[in-house]
Amino acid sequence: MDAFTTPLLTGTSTAAILLLAALGLALTFGQMGVINMAHGEFLMAGAYTTYLTQQVVTNTDFSILLALPVAFVVAGLLGVALEGGIIRWMYDRPLDTLLVTVGVSLILQQLAKDLFGAQGDPVQEPGWLDGSIPVFGYNWPYTRIFTIVLALVALAGLSALLRYTSFGRQIRATVQNRDLAETLGVSTRRVDRLTFFIGSGLAGIGGVAISLSSGTNPTLGTSYIIPAFLVVVAGGLGQLKGTVIAAFLIGVLTAYLTDWFSGSIAQVITFALIVVFLQVRPQGLFTVRTRGLA
Amino acid sequence: MSDSRARLLASSAALLAAALVLSSCGSKSSDDSEAASAGAKSCVDTSGDTIKLGFLNSTSGAMAISEQTVRDSLLLAADEINAAGGILGKKIEPVEEDGASDPAVFAEKIGKLLTSDCVAAVFGGWTSASRKAMLPVVEGANGLLFYPVQYEGLEASKNIYYTGATTNQQIIPAMDFLASKGVKTLFLAGSDYVFPRTANKIIKQYAAELGIKIVGEEYVPLDSDDWSTQVAKIVAAKPDFVFNTINGSSNVGFIKAYYEQGLGPDSSPIISVSIAEEEAPSMGKDVTGQFAAWNYFQSVESPENTKFIKAFQAEYGENRPTSDPMEAAYTSLYLYKNIVEAAKSFDVDDVNAASDGITFDAPEGTVTINGDNHHIAKTGLIGQINSDNQFDVVWSSEKPIEPDPFLEGYDWWDSSAE
Repeated sequence: MDAFTTPLLTGTSTAAILLLAALGLALTFGQMGVINMAHGEFLMAGAYTTYLTQQVVTNTDFSILLALPVAFVVAGLLGVALEGGIIRWMYDRPLDTLLVTVGVSLILQQLAKDLFGAQGDPVQEPGWLDGSIPVFGYNWPYTRIFTIVLALVALAGLSALLRYTSFGRQIRATVQNRDLAETLGVSTRRVDRLTFFIGSGLAGIGGVAISLSSGTNPTLGTSYIIPAFLVVVAGGLGQLKGTVIAAFLIGVLTAYLTDWFSGSIAQVITFALIVVFLQVRPQGLFTVRTRGLA
Repeated sequence: MSDSRARLLASSAALLAAALVLSSCGSKSSDDSEAASAGAKSCVDTSGDTIKLGFLNSTSGAMAISEQTVRDSLLLAADEINAAGGILGKKIEPVEEDGASDPAVFAEKIGKLLTSDCVAAVFGGWTSASRKAMLPVVEGANGLLFYPVQYEGLEASKNIYYTGATTNQQIIPAMDFLASKGVKTLFLAGSDYVFPRTANKIIKQYAAELGIKIVGEEYVPLDSDDWSTQVAKIVAAKPDFVFNTINGSSNVGFIKAYYEQGLGPDSSPIISVSIAEEEAPSMGKDVTGQFAAWNYFQSVESPENTKFIKAFQAEYGENRPTSDPMEAAYTSLYLYKNIVEAAKSFDVDDVNAASDGITFDAPEGTVTINGDNHHIAKTGLIGQINSDNQFDVVWSSEKPIEPDPFLEGYDWWDSSAE
């Protein structure tokens, strides 16, 4: 029983982190079609924001909660700066966007190294997250459960925003048919900017969760960016439910493979399976049918 | 639309992969051309009252944080030697280059230092990849490299002096320590690259000899932080000890997951070979009571170490810890001075002829060069982390261990076994 359930539990925690890393991408890449390779560095910015918040507010019970909105805004503003400064000038040149944002990600990593040092800084977990609950013989740490809750809250918030608010409708309208949305009076510039703010901000929240399990370091984003893109692509673009299911499947599958073989083999098999899956089903798990001509 | 995006991502990934392949090919050819263009004839100028030495450390890129500490101790040693009259009466003139955390840059820069700056010797390098990249260049130019970091052994070049530990001075003493503690079961956790794989191969063979049972062996890619599934295996295996060969920031994810599962120094303690004075405070958990195997700790009590720490902190700040690679770098420059003064020459062949048996009273204790394999005899130490993130020495090999990079003196060792 233990051998069977433990990977399910550790895999679900891994999936939650993957989902937090991928939710923002589901918006900026899935909805807007921007390949932003610096998205991983927004995760890193969120992690460092957690560290800095703990330096200012030394009560760790409270500072982690404060870090969430602060990280959202910090990463969101970085995203807006990137969108306004660079990406908006190359919306029709996706390959250029890809290369330029790889450059931006290297610049942000070097900046973090110069500001904080390459050693990485510790993030203390709050007292109320210290401990674990035994589930089928596995001590499930509260920090991991907190990450899952955080992912679910972020997911619910984003779905509600897209479905029920007028801004959400504007995003969907812009994605489905940009010209028509504009003729209906939607400022697509403003929608682009805000979408990027929210997508990048979600990465900031993901960074807070990552910092709880692995501290901070300047290259933290590089280990999440490729899996996050894979989650979004495998899930199907433009569909949040695809992203959620893909994150869960990839997280749990990796955990089982790690349990049966080893960490390195698990990564190889997972990537190979995704490659095969995308050969068979290039549109991912779910697809959006639109009447757009694009 | 989504189809074309997916295809674009795939082609972009292919483009990136192609770029990576191209850049690595580029590095290879630059190695070869450096090696070929470098003649075996020395251009070192020994006529003046200064002697040029190359300091090649990464001051940018991922390794900068570690390698800058080595550069700092090299500059400190150079200042001290110059204040005491230099080497053979000549003041050291350091020529600094940045290896940029890139093996290809290391290969290119050591070629430049040896053949166009005409330095008498080069000091630096950190990763095994950087050393392997420099090796053909320094051999082609018949130059000298002093390499200050513990590594996986199985190498000896007449043009390189290795002042960090080889495996029989770090890994094997760690196993002797575990045997002395009565350890019966051991779990191996490492990053997936050459050092942990080689170290674990040695550990497994020696463990069989010592009657220690290996109850698990786990690797995680260098850039991965997620250790939760592997740590669950440690919980299930309940080993007497965990042998940790994880490198870099991946340690943080491991240590956190380990403590989250209720493990600790009382249940399955960890012995590490890459956590030192500088890393211990940044683990995010209180690691008091865990162990590490090195040849130098800041806490080593000797007049030489007191002098070294005092001089280092006076130069660079009171809060700066000193660590094993820094000490090995500091020692390497003094060893070079002692060899040159014994040889009465800066010529590489004269230096090599005179190097056997040269000693230096280093902060870690007296070290002696082995003229055959160019490693140095060092004392193996085990430290236990205390609440100040310093190490209390709890075990020592008592006397310096002769370097044996190919483990020829250990009859249990079979390099061909899997």
